[in-house]
Amino acid sequence: MLELSQVTAGYGAFTALWDVSLRVSSGEAVAVVGPNGAGKTTLLRAISGLIAPRAGRVTFEGAELAGHPAYDIVAHGIAHVPEGRRLFPQLTVAENLKMGAFLPAARGHFHESLERVYTLFPALAERSAQRAGSLSGGEQQMLAVGRALMSRPKLILFDEPSMGLAPVMVLRLFDLIRRVREEGYTILVVEQNVRQVLKLVDRAYLLEVGRIKMEGRAADLAEQDFVRKAYVGF
Amino acid sequence: MTTAFRVLGLLALVAMALIPFLPLGAAQEYIWHVIIQIFLWSFVGNAWSLMGRFGLVSLGHGAFLGVGAYATVLLWNFYGMTPWAGVVLAVLLTVALALVVAYPCSRFQVVGHYFGLVTLAVGEVVRLWIVAERDWTGGSLGVSLKTGGTASGLWTLQFADKRVFYYVGMAAWLFGLWVWWRVDRSMARSAMEAIGEDETAAASVGIRVTRFKMGITALSAALTALGGALLALYLAYTNPDTLSGIGVSLRIVFAVVLGGMYSLLGPFVGTALTIALSEYLRIYFGIKLIGIAETIYGLLLIIFIIFLPAGIYGSIRDALFRRRPARSSGGVAVGAASS
Amino acid sequence: MIEPIFILEAVVNGILLGGVLALLALGLNLIFGVIDIVWIAYVDIVALCMYGVYFLVTLYGWPLWLAGLGAIVIGAGLGVLVHLLIITPILSSPPINQLLATGGLLFFIQSVATLLWSTDHRSVRVTLPTIEVGGIFISFSRLLAFGLSILAMIALYLFLKRTYTGTAIRAVSQDREAIALMGARPQRLYVVTSMVGGAMAGVAGALLIIQYAVHPYFGGAFGPLTFMICVLGGLGNMVGAFFAAFIMAQVISVGGVMVSTEMGYVIAFVIFIVLMFVRPGGIFAKRG
Repeated sequence: MLELSQVTAGYGAFTALWDVSLRVSSGEAVAVVGPNGAGKTTLLRAISGLIAPRAGRVTFEGAELAGHPAYDIVAHGIAHVPEGRRLFPQLTVAENLKMGAFLPAARGHFHESLERVYTLFPALAERSAQRAGSLSGGEQQMLAVGRALMSRPKLILFDEPSMGLAPVMVLRLFDLIRRVREEGYTILVVEQNVRQVLKLVDRAYLLEVGRIKMEGRAADLAEQDFVRKAYVGF
Repeated sequence: MTTAFRVLGLLALVAMALIPFLPLGAAQEYIWHVIIQIFLWSFVGNAWSLMGRFGLVSLGHGAFLGVGAYATVLLWNFYGMTPWAGVVLAVLLTVALALVVAYPCSRFQVVGHYFGLVTLAVGEVVRLWIVAERDWTGGSLGVSLKTGGTASGLWTLQFADKRVFYYVGMAAWLFGLWVWWRVDRSMARSAMEAIGEDETAAASVGIRVTRFKMGITALSAALTALGGALLALYLAYTNPDTLSGIGVSLRIVFAVVLGGMYSLLGPFVGTALTIALSEYLRIYFGIKLIGIAETIYGLLLIIFIIFLPAGIYGSIRDALFRRRPARSSGGVAVGAASS
Repeated sequence: MIEPIFILEAVVNGILLGGVLALLALGLNLIFGVIDIVWIAYVDIVALCMYGVYFLVTLYGWPLWLAGLGAIVIGAGLGVLVHLLIITPILSSPPINQLLATGGLLFFIQSVATLLWSTDHRSVRVTLPTIEVGGIFISFSRLLAFGLSILAMIALYLFLKRTYTGTAIRAVSQDREAIALMGARPQRLYVVTSMVGGAMAGVAGALLIIQYAVHPYFGGAFGPLTFMICVLGGLGNMVGAFFAAFIMAQVISVGGVMVSTEMGYVIAFVIFIVLMFVRPGGIFAKRG
């Protein structure tokens, strides 16, 4: 479904990704793990169009998307749940979700999508008139995910979803992502919390200093030393 | 500045000093008049740029001009106070006004858009108040300087011979340049640039932010008031729209931006160009096309801000000397900062 | 001593004036709140729309209400033009440059107007009655202007609250990248914002021309006042500007009756300056 081919990307004079290639098949759940500063966020931003790759190709369902602007890429069916949530703090929960459905194609199914999101996340339904900025960390993450769902995507990108969340919330969060996956969405998660995310996905890539160092099935990777020693999960 | 430029500059000064003695025919009084205006208005422009170059963009310098002008004229008209004293009082009054406005602005970090709008309001207050108190200020009709009659020219600072004002204007202009140059070389400049870049950081290294901002504002206001007083004395007339209000404030700003906010001679170049342009247009079009000068000004200001933020003189100078542009001060655009 | 009835009348007129001032402030605030640029020339654009109504009525014989609608279209068009030609190139320039660019526009508009239409004051000859309510005389045109400005503000509110585009405009001022991830184009949203701001100017122009005569320096009269109101309410804060407009209008109206018209303005400006120092963020400061 999604294929990155030798993508190089960065900011200004700094290059964060070198020659990165990966693929995600329809229906799969894939993770990209790695330490801080490995370039994981840059990877997702290059896919969703917030930055344009300097080299390489990004292909999604046959369409070449590298260099396209973000508002165009989301129209192709890729939703990005950004690092740090990036909600609209002064807008209410309902308004944030409404913005998620900004695309003309999504607007037509607004009520249907909204129902779906409220069923998945009842806490959001209770707080629909509350300002997004006043929600708790966990609720904000739910809203961010819900907002992404409103655009009726085919592929959802999760950027460090557990960041800033209390340990209890982290478990609930991964549960949430599992449920999203069960709804039929293809997902690509970028995470530092290696242990938890490997339990969730089918396959994973290890990204270090901008390059893919390893790839394989989640179960295989979980056996690797690097997981046990270098990266602390809980 | 290289020696060649120094010599050139000196020669230019000498030439300027000699102009009143050259036979320029019937139009000579007019030419002197234009040059006097250029001297005095570039003096004001330089004063404004003392604040403008550090990010304190005032859109209300008309207030300082107005207070300086009106105080001087009214003190003479009503109390017979010699302008020598009148000007001093006018300047002090203006500085007081400036400090009253600058203190809270400096302490509460009123910068950027907010500062521009507050100064705009101050400029308008002064203008409106002058108009409101028409009983003794003359309102929108303005007030003329009472003639000194038989009293000595030096005492009343009224002279039949324009040439005296030519040299007064030139002296004022040179004085303004000197002040600008001193500020440029002083600690104040580095401090103000630091403040412009990051006020909190500047404060944390011990820079007395409030003191510097107020100091620069007071200095700028004092010089502007002096300019206003001199203009009023020269023209023997003052009027709330020509010497206060947003129109004149913007015109000052425009001339400085055109010439270059960050350079010593930028205001002079810009003022000379705008005055020359408006005089040319007045001669060419006569009374037929009122407003054509300002139309062109407005258009040029927009174009310059978009394409040439360093102004004409500033850009040429940067290109000639290939100076590294000074780091943004108050977030202002390119332009090396000293002559 | 001034009879209480005159003060009451001043209060009522103040309320009516407040409506139109609030409209002016809202348009300006919308643009600043979203795009972060103050249109120094905003009220001059309003003046252009006033000229528009004037010429549509006197030259082309349009009925007043149609000319009013025409003014809204003119305003919207001007809003887009200004944004595309002047604002877009300076979006990332320092605030100083932005102030100067729109200041230059002010110059330009005022002088082009002088050039084309001279400094004559022009008013639309509308004979609307004066109503008397309990000893107070209220001009109908003022009442009408007040009512229509309230309607316009409600329309703006509904647009911003209920529609996708309106909500997106509010969103883009909070997080530009995030709204792009939703499929909205920030640049386009800015254009729409400017268009709506311009349309508001058009409405204000239509409402002002039935009360005041227009001349090239009209912006000089209402402009600083509008900025003051916006800053007082907190630049970018729509609700704040709304209340600040009514407060200022009261000061001007009552002060005008008790002292003199100009002094009314002077007092208002002085209060503004004082308040700026007490609460630099504006009375209802919400944004920085």
